[in-house]
Amino acid sequence: MNYADRLTVIAAAALLGSACGGARPEPGPAGASTAGPAEAPAQSPAAAPAAAPNTIPYTPADVAFVQGMMVHHAQALEMTRLVPDRTNDRDLGLLARRISESQDYEIGLMSRWLTRRDEAAPSIDGSATQMAHGQGSGHEMADSADTSGMPGMTHMAGMATPEQMAGLSDSTDEAFERLFLELMIRHHEGALTMLGDLAKQEGAGQEPELFQLISHVDADQRAEIARMRRMLNELQ
Amino acid sequence: MNGKTGMFGRAACGRKGLERAALGRTAAVGMLALLAGACGSSSSTSGGAPDMPSPVVSEDDPRVGLAAGMTDAAVAASGLELVAHRDREEGFVDPTNFGNILFANSDIAFQGNLMFMGSFHGFNIYDISRPARLRLRTSFVCPGGQGDLSVHGNLMFMSVEMPNGRVDCGTEAPSASSSPDRFRGVRIFDITDVENPVQVGGVQTCRGSHTHTLVPDPADDSHVYIYVSGTSGVRPATELTGCSGAGPAEDPNTALFSIEVIEVPLAAPQNARIVSSPRIFADAAGNIAGLWPGGEHGDDTQSTATTDQCHDITVYQELGYAAGACSGNGILLDINDPAAPVRIDEVSDPNFAYWHSATFNNDGSTILFTDEWGGGGAPRCQISDDPKWGADAFFRLSGGKMTPAGYFKLPAAQTDKENCVAHNGSLIPVPGRDIFAQSWYQGGISIIDFTDPDRPFEIAYFDRGPYDASQLLLGGFWSSYWYNGRIYASELGRGLDVFRLTPGEHLTQNEIDAAEAVEVAVFNPQTQTRIHWPVDVVVARALLDQLGRGTTVPAGRLASMRAELDRVAALSGTARQDGMSALSATVAELATAAKAGSADAKRLEMLAGTLRGLTEG
Repeated sequence: MNYADRLTVIAAAALLGSACGGARPEPGPAGASTAGPAEAPAQSPAAAPAAAPNTIPYTPADVAFVQGMMVHHAQALEMTRLVPDRTNDRDLGLLARRISESQDYEIGLMSRWLTRRDEAAPSIDGSATQMAHGQGSGHEMADSADTSGMPGMTHMAGMATPEQMAGLSDSTDEAFERLFLELMIRHHEGALTMLGDLAKQEGAGQEPELFQLISHVDADQRAEIARMRRMLNELQ
Repeated sequence: MNGKTGMFGRAACGRKGLERAALGRTAAVGMLALLAGACGSSSSTSGGAPDMPSPVVSEDDPRVGLAAGMTDAAVAASGLELVAHRDREEGFVDPTNFGNILFANSDIAFQGNLMFMGSFHGFNIYDISRPARLRLRTSFVCPGGQGDLSVHGNLMFMSVEMPNGRVDCGTEAPSASSSPDRFRGVRIFDITDVENPVQVGGVQTCRGSHTHTLVPDPADDSHVYIYVSGTSGVRPATELTGCSGAGPAEDPNTALFSIEVIEVPLAAPQNARIVSSPRIFADAAGNIAGLWPGGEHGDDTQSTATTDQCHDITVYQELGYAAGACSGNGILLDINDPAAPVRIDEVSDPNFAYWHSATFNNDGSTILFTDEWGGGGAPRCQISDDPKWGADAFFRLSGGKMTPAGYFKLPAAQTDKENCVAHNGSLIPVPGRDIFAQSWYQGGISIIDFTDPDRPFEIAYFDRGPYDASQLLLGGFWSSYWYNGRIYASELGRGLDVFRLTPGEHLTQNEIDAAEAVEVAVFNPQTQTRIHWPVDVVVARALLDQLGRGTTVPAGRLASMRAELDRVAALSGTARQDGMSALSATVAELATAAKAGSADAKRLEMLAGTLRGLTEG
């Protein structure tokens, strides 16, 4: 196919698709094909060198993002821990438990992602709120937050301030439910902002394991935001 | 290199291309308004069925405590016999990490005596003429995950989502954010020569293709459509012209809030192209984020919006419906015009985080949705997990409306070393019952009966211990599909398993024989077709066995019907025809007397029909 033909195909696709063009890969030999003989042995001849490194390296921005997202997730856990003592609402309890279990597990995933690459993982035993506040205001980190080796930790959007956390902690029942949903929606939206910021960094977010992780974080947070919006609408 | 840049549309689209694209968008918006108008009857069921009883997950089960091991894990099985196993093929394994997703097996498709096994690293094609002796025909390296496959005639389609996919199937991943070498979308292979598949085309999409759905056009067999479900980030417009990940308020042409519909001309697959990007989440007012529960909640809250993507879309063309598992919603689409699917209903469920896949029962009265809580990599079948989460949810379907029914969760608790959540499966064609074979990653395979969608229950299973006793390595079963008498299952790390059903408390030999009597020419995971049973005495025997489990037909009456069927089946000629005819009339009377719409009434009707068919044969 000549160049002009290709151009026509692409333009036609752009015309008919709402946003995306189409393209066609080069026909012909692609990849490594191994035809098994008529009586193939139990294992075929190698189709490619074992474990070809078809991976994409991670970037400093990826490391900063994962470190930041760990702390970001940790604040969500601080918020969900408040729920059982402050409301008996079943749906909010279920939501908080699901957020808590999901984000707790993802913190572990992110921590392992960092340590397997010999990158520093933040200790999140202490207060993520204090930690983020320290970062945001330029004050020293809280004692419990060990962020040595993480000078470039990414900006954490949507984090509740210490004052907001105190306000949440001091409220109960419907006032608590409303505040919790508002703060958690903003918190989740902040995670999406962080994902969007990452995508703007050259070469970031493409290392395959991280790509999987951020795709799941993105999908989970979006679904949870929708759920929380419905709950908030029902309160009003 | 320049030529490839052109292929990606960066140079080729140029200014003229952009102008034409803009025109196209105007047309698309017009069409959208039409589609949205048709959405007017849509109404949302919110709330699911949280009051349905929780599924029971137990630690008192033979599957609990199985010893770990990649190749020598302990096994527990009931009602399933492993008849063949094959390790992953050479070159499709990372020997340093068996849980490396880049080499994991993924989804499978079938055609004739061939099985097409997808992988994040490429695909393998097997000859399954003798299921117990699988024969590898082709190993093809072509990274890009997930590698989900479908087949139609001499063409095979492959989903490519991940940034390491290359146009030329090479293994040197493009690392730049914007690369002319990258491929994310749907690849098209010509498999006329099974030993030498040739990539003959492909369509790039903004979000890549996590999964896809093959949709034949009932009105025109010269082409097929492919619905593309993209779930990951929108790539930059510098890589693929026109791609925008902005919210609908900032950019009405956003790549979010739609699926892509690709048209593939079968005689010229290289001309495959996107023909529409229907806004299936739009509301009656034309707002493309129509399923977004909006509202202002303070000045500084953003306008982030979901649901904006589908994970799986299962089409069932004999019904004219597709069921979409779309992020925060389950949706029902009218696909009578397959190029322009229109949403007619949607549901949400407080127990579902992430709607993953959908399967209709054979008569279209029930839909099974799965919740892939944790994305598949997390251990979500532990005793501490809420049994309504990461589960199956069932909905009744009537008159284009879905209403919530029960839940099912893998009943045997798994460890924190086993990633486990509801995943892919297919119907098993036992007449008179709705039976589903399902993968649960390292939770194994579970076969369930959901004839009563309020009370689904397990009838068979197969499970191995974890890959590793000390850590969670990503693995387990991705898909378990029934195809012409056997269950074929893709295991992410261990390879490929083939099972046959064995009779037991919940399944008789007659029911298995009746299922094995069904033959199809092709199976694609998200393209459901109606099961038709052959006119065969074994179908009648299977239905009689099922009637024996209930009280609709008294036991003595049933015994005499069985004896009569045995006697008549042994006859020939007119004696046999007369006997079948008389028996059919008896059964038809019982069907009329049975509770209308009940499972037993449906079985009696089917039995009467089968016996009538035997009268003619």
